[in-house]
Amino acid sequence: MSLDPGALPLAVTFDALTNTSFWISVGVIAGTYALVALGLQLNTGFTGIVNFGQAAFMAIGAYTMAILVLKAGFSFWLSLPCAVLAAMIFGLIVGLPSLRLRADYFAIATIALAEVVRLFAQNARGLTGGNQGLFCDPNDASNCYTNSWRDVSDSINNFVSNFWSDPDSLFPLLLVIWATVAVAIFVLRRLQHTPWGRVLRAIREDEDAAQALGKNTLLYKLQSLAISACLGAIAGFFLALNLATIHPLDFEPLVTFFAFSVLILGGMGSYRGVAVGAVLFWFVLEGTRFIDLPDPPFTETRIASLRLAITGLLLILLMAFRPQGLFGKREEMVIGE
Amino acid sequence: MEAGQMTEQVAPSVRERLSDRMRRQPWLGAVAVIVAIFLALVAGEGLHDVAQTGLNGLSLGAIYALGAVGLTLVYGILKLVNFAQGDFLTFGAYMAYLVNVTWGMPLILGIFWAMIATALLGLLFERVLWGPMRAKHAGFLQLILMSIGLAFLLRAIIQWFWSTDVRVLDVDTTSTVQFLGLRIGQTQLIVVIVGIAVIIGIGLMLRLTLLGKQMRALSDDLELAETAGINTRRVINYTWIFAGALAGLAGVLSAATTDLRPELGFELLLPIFAAVILGGIGDAFGALAAGMVIGVMTEWSTLVIDARWKTAVGFLVLIIALIVRPQGIFGKAKTV
Repeated sequence: MSLDPGALPLAVTFDALTNTSFWISVGVIAGTYALVALGLQLNTGFTGIVNFGQAAFMAIGAYTMAILVLKAGFSFWLSLPCAVLAAMIFGLIVGLPSLRLRADYFAIATIALAEVVRLFAQNARGLTGGNQGLFCDPNDASNCYTNSWRDVSDSINNFVSNFWSDPDSLFPLLLVIWATVAVAIFVLRRLQHTPWGRVLRAIREDEDAAQALGKNTLLYKLQSLAISACLGAIAGFFLALNLATIHPLDFEPLVTFFAFSVLILGGMGSYRGVAVGAVLFWFVLEGTRFIDLPDPPFTETRIASLRLAITGLLLILLMAFRPQGLFGKREEMVIGE
Repeated sequence: MEAGQMTEQVAPSVRERLSDRMRRQPWLGAVAVIVAIFLALVAGEGLHDVAQTGLNGLSLGAIYALGAVGLTLVYGILKLVNFAQGDFLTFGAYMAYLVNVTWGMPLILGIFWAMIATALLGLLFERVLWGPMRAKHAGFLQLILMSIGLAFLLRAIIQWFWSTDVRVLDVDTTSTVQFLGLRIGQTQLIVVIVGIAVIIGIGLMLRLTLLGKQMRALSDDLELAETAGINTRRVINYTWIFAGALAGLAGVLSAATTDLRPELGFELLLPIFAAVILGGIGDAFGALAAGMVIGVMTEWSTLVIDARWKTAVGFLVLIIALIVRPQGIFGKAKTV
């Protein structure tokens, strides 16, 4: 830009607005978080269990997939169902004792379990690479999860190049993620209208009443948690494919709380709202990059803290003035009342 | 396990009497577990190492306990699971940094300022957030998510002013005190003494004064307490003053024994929650005891496993406590 940046305190660089590959990367993050938040919607929005440990399911999905491929020589495609299964079994093992607890205790127990998983990833260095992260050996590219994905990605882009001369390298991932989100929303919405889905809502409204009607509520809550674990594990795969390296810091409690922000923004009790919430949340958060703030006082850490402040304020204001979110219904928000 | 099976074979009546005793005084079970762990460690690692790591554990435990008292009072009285409590600790630590390092004044002034500033912060949020939310009859999920938003906001403000650099307070970290062949850092010793003294003071105050009685009344039933003529607003304000001041103190003590980072409080939050739940929600003495136990267990764990795993101990205690005894070791058996 020819203008002196000092003359405009809030200069907006419009060239970034038309930067396609940037928006595609934002769309990939948004899609990943939409999947995570869909699981939370099923748990928190429709079953009334406040799951603060969703990051653990992502971690188990991503790490199991990568460890099976890199260390056990599994094919990428076989590792995916195995990793989903691992996350779901973990969900069942965790849920069996903890789902009997009161809502607030369950929330605290799940966040502690998620931290145990993350600490394990950080410290079991032989298995997970510890703080170095887990990644493919560049010299031994034959046996690597990113390679299998790259073959698929290339063939998608070969097809796409019929319509778009030079497709972005992340574009296939964007397509696959959002296709998965669409399928997940379709399935979850259908499930919600089955007798099974109605029992979940009954548990959310009044667990004792559901029990009195002869429903084994623990079993239903376990199923809800296992489906959420499955969605979390799939989100973990996409995170791993997007970042190429799997690192314990990608599974901090912050990730779960960001997903809760997505959920709340979209609205309690609306699966489609979650997708819209994910797009809005990440486009606003990443959109702050366009505001070309002068440094000083806007150093890089300050801009990072600004994003954290936006998320915090969003949560506070939504909870104070519109707890049901953008597309939720007030009567769907009954937990703990 | 084996001992239990043996008594069962020899004399079932003893076992019955024991289990009856355990039901009435559940903390006896906890004491038995701790003594068993202590004896096993002494047998395996020698008394000196166990005593030395236990001493280190007391200074960690004092910090957990101070943070836990504030959290447990707010949790018990206002039924608020305050995820921002950890960032109250961070805020207090940076307030002390401001006085002690930026302005170059003695740490004791920094501690007082940290306690006052964090208490004021607690009152401010009660005024603008929690009071109005209670008036709206906000649900549990609404409040918990709001406190997470507040935690983000506080951490963002701290990062804005002090960046993510690791800082230290102006304290003597080299002098040590020796007794009975054990050594403890002078600062750590002060942390242990200050922590225990303050918590015993608070605990006695809660048990003996009218304010303490009123707090317990609110904890039982806020609306009933109000009907009975208790000035609930005043009691709630005092609750936040205690919660804030103690969190500020805990933050400074933690910063004095280690260092300051914007994540300081959040990293302490889960062990603090563990102390709150193990001690029984709303029970200040319980929080003191449980905080100390978790601190000591954390340091003892370094005798048998690598020190990098020690943060997991607090989480495991929390999970086991929730599953085995969610009403806390001092609580009475009731539906939770």
